[in-house]
Amino acid sequence: MGRYVLRRLLQLIPVFFGTTFLIYYLVWAVPGDPFAGKCGERPCPQSYVDFMTEKFNLDQPIIVQYFTYMKNLLSGDFGQTFGGREIADLIAAAYPNTIKLALVAITIEGVIGLVAGVLTGLNRNGFFDNLVLVSTLFLIALPTFVLGFLLQKWLGVDLGIVKPTVSNPPSFSELILPGFVLGSASMAYIARLARTSIAENSKSDYVRTATAKGLPRKRVVGVHLLRNSLIPVITYIGVDLGALMGGAIVTEGIFNINGIGREVYRAIVTKEGATVVSIVVILVLIYLLANLVVDLLYAALDPRIRYE
Amino acid sequence: MNDPLPTSLVTTPSAEEPVLGTTAGPGTGAEKKDKPRGLLDDAWQDLRRKPLFWISAVLIVFFLVMAAMPWLFTSASPTEGVLSRSRVPPSADAWFGYDVQGRDVYARVIYGARASIVVAVGATVGTVLLGTLMGVLAGFRGGWLDGLVSRLGEVFSGIPFVLGAIVILFTFNGPGSNRGAWSIMGIVILSLIVLTWPLSMRIMRSSVLAAREADYIVAARAMGAGPGRIIFKHLIPNCLAPVLVYATILVGTFVGAEATLSFLGVGLRSPVVSWGIMINEAQNYLRVSPYLLFFPAAFLVAAVLAFVMLGEAVREALDPKLR
Repeated sequence: MGRYVLRRLLQLIPVFFGTTFLIYYLVWAVPGDPFAGKCGERPCPQSYVDFMTEKFNLDQPIIVQYFTYMKNLLSGDFGQTFGGREIADLIAAAYPNTIKLALVAITIEGVIGLVAGVLTGLNRNGFFDNLVLVSTLFLIALPTFVLGFLLQKWLGVDLGIVKPTVSNPPSFSELILPGFVLGSASMAYIARLARTSIAENSKSDYVRTATAKGLPRKRVVGVHLLRNSLIPVITYIGVDLGALMGGAIVTEGIFNINGIGREVYRAIVTKEGATVVSIVVILVLIYLLANLVVDLLYAALDPRIRYE
Repeated sequence: MNDPLPTSLVTTPSAEEPVLGTTAGPGTGAEKKDKPRGLLDDAWQDLRRKPLFWISAVLIVFFLVMAAMPWLFTSASPTEGVLSRSRVPPSADAWFGYDVQGRDVYARVIYGARASIVVAVGATVGTVLLGTLMGVLAGFRGGWLDGLVSRLGEVFSGIPFVLGAIVILFTFNGPGSNRGAWSIMGIVILSLIVLTWPLSMRIMRSSVLAAREADYIVAARAMGAGPGRIIFKHLIPNCLAPVLVYATILVGTFVGAEATLSFLGVGLRSPVVSWGIMINEAQNYLRVSPYLLFFPAAFLVAAVLAFVMLGEAVREALDPKLR
């Protein structure tokens, strides 16, 4: 087990550097003047250009810039924006909101998706089954921003049940609507995955054995069936974590949440290269680690899987 | 799914054959009668009995015609704005009303289909070609090439999709750049391909890995077939089914993705007409003129839904386990 984790961690290293270098290259090495528009309606004074070139090592080759940046990052220094603000502060202010939003989204999609999936998987072809199949199709087809605007308009403006935008820092109850919007497509996928997986496994031998030896239905489903059917769902949720953080750009924009997604979008638009790269590095790291944790969870859920 | 024969033998209901043959048209039914059907034939027999397939097929044909010949549906111009009719709500004259610049929303929704369909189909074809090529290379050659391609795939799939697309598009298609409509479409297509090829590569690679040691490949090799022949004549036809299913759903996903990027202001841009651009322009008037958002959104959802449903139907038809 320990050796497996070590090997996987070692495999992560080239992927981590590859992905972050790709983004670094896209952000910094593009043709064009990095100081365009930085000083308002006039060209930047030479002293400013010299100072910034020195500060961000812009005169070095890109690969040297990248490794200088990484060296600083690994010692905990995220660097500064062009305006001189510490990027670490910026991230620290925005990150908790995004984590809250992602937690709410994952809870909503996990609970509703699993319940719908398990219920339909156990009774296939009923009315409820068809209802879930059709509504999941619609949820998959609805882009996040369309669903967000429609719900914001309907629940927030017309009916006035929820506040159309959230305050800063947001409370959990305010995040229910944005969380639902963010997790809606994944909720549909989870419901479908769980349905297929439950339906397949409920015909298997170990379920028949458990029923035959007289276990109550609740225990057969809750312990034997669910534990084995959860594997694809867990995989999906783990992979989804990365997607949720990226998809939060749209949701945070619509509901005016001061999170990492809005921060990174703003940074891309204002060409704050250092901020973009720092946030992307964190997102990539989370994504890779989430995938690793998912792989390790397999062993806990399915005793047949052993990592040597 | 590697060998088409057993599935077609197991699931062919021979009694229905003549009935189906006559509906398919004269001539074709008689020849097919005695031949065992291949996987694709079999899937087609299965598909044509599904209402889901027909609904989505009709919708898709509808959108394709709309994209190819928008003038069949409307005689109004999608770009001609008359400010005196700015934000006039829907009426008998203009079914969907007029937008802020006084342009006919109905005409714009119709003309918007073209950009979405071109981008989505182009990006899907590109993703499938690149992914299939890489997947076959990695799975068939194995060794260091497999390792390299797989790591490369992980690097690209490690970037969150929306974020990666925004960075790429903002770099090459930023507000300052002055590109033509087709050039912007090309960049959007390329950025979608770059960010999604790893998944189709992985699907192809795993089916190639499973098929590589199958008897028919070994037999072909024993008869002296070169790698090129084995790949194009044997491996690709037998491994293509899962990628095709994925591709159908991908078209729908890309229609949504294009709209999302245009909505964020980094994808297509005016004067190109696209549903995403319309929704982007409508968001500021959401509270006073919600129909500006509603109509393009409805068409967008219908288009995505059509492709997702088609993918669903094709998947059920191609997967013998689900029968």
